[in-house]
Amino acid sequence: MKKNIFTSENKKSSLIKKRKKTISFEKRDKSSTMPFMIPSIAGFMLFFLIPFFIVLYYSFIDNPINQEFVAFDNYISLLRNHAFMLSLKNTLIFSLIAVPLAVIIPLILALFLESNIPGKSIFRTALISPLVVPVASVILIWQVVFHYNGVINVFLDSIGIEAVDWFKSDFSRLVVVLLFLWKNTGYNMILFMAALANIPVDVKEAALIDGAGPVSRFFKIKLNFMSSSIFFVTILSLINSFKVFREVYLLTGDYPYEGLYMLQHYINNTFRSLDYQKLSAAAVIICIIITAIIALLFVIDNKIGSSVDE
Amino acid sequence: MNKIGMKKKTQIKRVISIILAVMVLGFTAAMFIMPIVLTVTNSFMTKSEITANYGKIFSESGSSAVSSYIADKVNLKIIPDKVSFGQYITVLLKSPQYLLKFWNSVIYVVPIVIFQIVIALGASYSFARYKGRFRNTMFFIYIALMLMPYQVTLVPNYLVADWMDILNTRWSIILPGIFSPFAVFILTKTMQRIPSSIVEAAKIDGANEWKIFRKVFVPMSKNAIYSVAILLFMDYWNMVEQPLIMLQNNEDMHPLSVYLSKINAGEIGLAFAVAAIYMVLPLLLFLYSEDRVLEGVASSSAIKG
Repeated sequence: MKKNIFTSENKKSSLIKKRKKTISFEKRDKSSTMPFMIPSIAGFMLFFLIPFFIVLYYSFIDNPINQEFVAFDNYISLLRNHAFMLSLKNTLIFSLIAVPLAVIIPLILALFLESNIPGKSIFRTALISPLVVPVASVILIWQVVFHYNGVINVFLDSIGIEAVDWFKSDFSRLVVVLLFLWKNTGYNMILFMAALANIPVDVKEAALIDGAGPVSRFFKIKLNFMSSSIFFVTILSLINSFKVFREVYLLTGDYPYEGLYMLQHYINNTFRSLDYQKLSAAAVIICIIITAIIALLFVIDNKIGSSVDE
Repeated sequence: MNKIGMKKKTQIKRVISIILAVMVLGFTAAMFIMPIVLTVTNSFMTKSEITANYGKIFSESGSSAVSSYIADKVNLKIIPDKVSFGQYITVLLKSPQYLLKFWNSVIYVVPIVIFQIVIALGASYSFARYKGRFRNTMFFIYIALMLMPYQVTLVPNYLVADWMDILNTRWSIILPGIFSPFAVFILTKTMQRIPSSIVEAAKIDGANEWKIFRKVFVPMSKNAIYSVAILLFMDYWNMVEQPLIMLQNNEDMHPLSVYLSKINAGEIGLAFAVAAIYMVLPLLLFLYSEDRVLEGVASSSAIKG
């Protein structure tokens, strides 16, 4: 729309009259589409936006009854709180392990699926199906496999390796990473497949004619075209890695092994004591962390994007 | 001569790369569907077979399985010794608590999917038709909130639910779900692609906003609506965080996705049947409309544009 107005500005004066007319038309239309928005905006304000500001307010007062301003006291006491810091650390460690894997594995699978192989659609369906299956439904199998008396330890025992306590040692992170990848690979793979399908055919053909091998074809051409989808998948996986509480909870309940105590565990347990100030400060801190990480990724993406254009 | 040799060489290379791709994909795909397949096949085992196979894991506390045989090693089997519908019969006819939890899931998911889309359609229409400072800011806030994890959004949700006095009722799950921004995001992106010439043509025909919305924009977004509905369904069918917080003191209202993890050791055979029942619906929906799922997921990447 902007473009139209801009170009018409450069045209003959006879068009100006017409332009004015369309603008006034538009103004009327603009307000007449407002009613369509009202239900959504009202609900959104009521359930998300306004209470978020209340949360912000709560994070700066001593308690909802006294309502005395305490500056950053809540934040400081939260940052000194062992349980909170533990959950924050665990969540960040998990993200650091899981996110790169959740980008690389689907990318490789998508590249394999792009080649012309028999039974392609069956593979695709199989790889995506975990996306639609509720995690709660497969938890039993996970327990059978990784339990101390479970399948893997029986196997390890039979080849003479000592059994590992998969849920109550640092290996538990690995178990959760596997479950996370199982659930999230399909989604990310679809995004990469869509990006690969959008690479112009003539670019691919030109590279083939130049005699570029599959590896250099990937690094020199496909990666450039896919940088924005890699960026998006990274953000998405990061956000999803903050949601991994779900998997941990279903596997091990409210009080898991220390290394699996996630932010959402902390929030849940703080809800039980209804400590609004702590909860609010925690929510604000998490919000800031997420925003900062996403902003950082945007900066990196812009840099990569501009170097590609050069 | 040389040329033919080259051709052969590239052909061999191609065959090898295909074999490699099939092996990698085949292995990963097999691992991926294994948990699903195992859950389904195990749900057809008899109670005694389940106890024998997994007794070592699940009967630590249960004295119920004392009399029956337990293998001393866990035995994960794909094919049941004897196919039996016993577990299903128990779940469907004799233990109403599972069906009640299943019903809870339906009660949450159906209204959230329907009304989130209905309300989002209006907002998306408005966002897509015109841009202005207010709309741009609003849309940006919607996206920002969409990206926030539950740790951030659940606290505000809880405060409002507490204020409205709907904690521990179904409304505390359904209402925030209805106003979640995901559908607005996807549908706005879809509607922005509808060419303005169509709108102009409709206006010339004398259509008002309501008519353009109903007769042009909604029908033209049909595919996206369907995709969003499936994605929302699958997402909320899998919900865990919201009920744990909003329904803390009312476990009777928990959906099956939460309750499944609480089935006790003595009923592990039933748990397989319940788990299978719970995943059949989204799985069939997916197999029936895989392309729509792919489209929906792909369209969610429009976050930058």
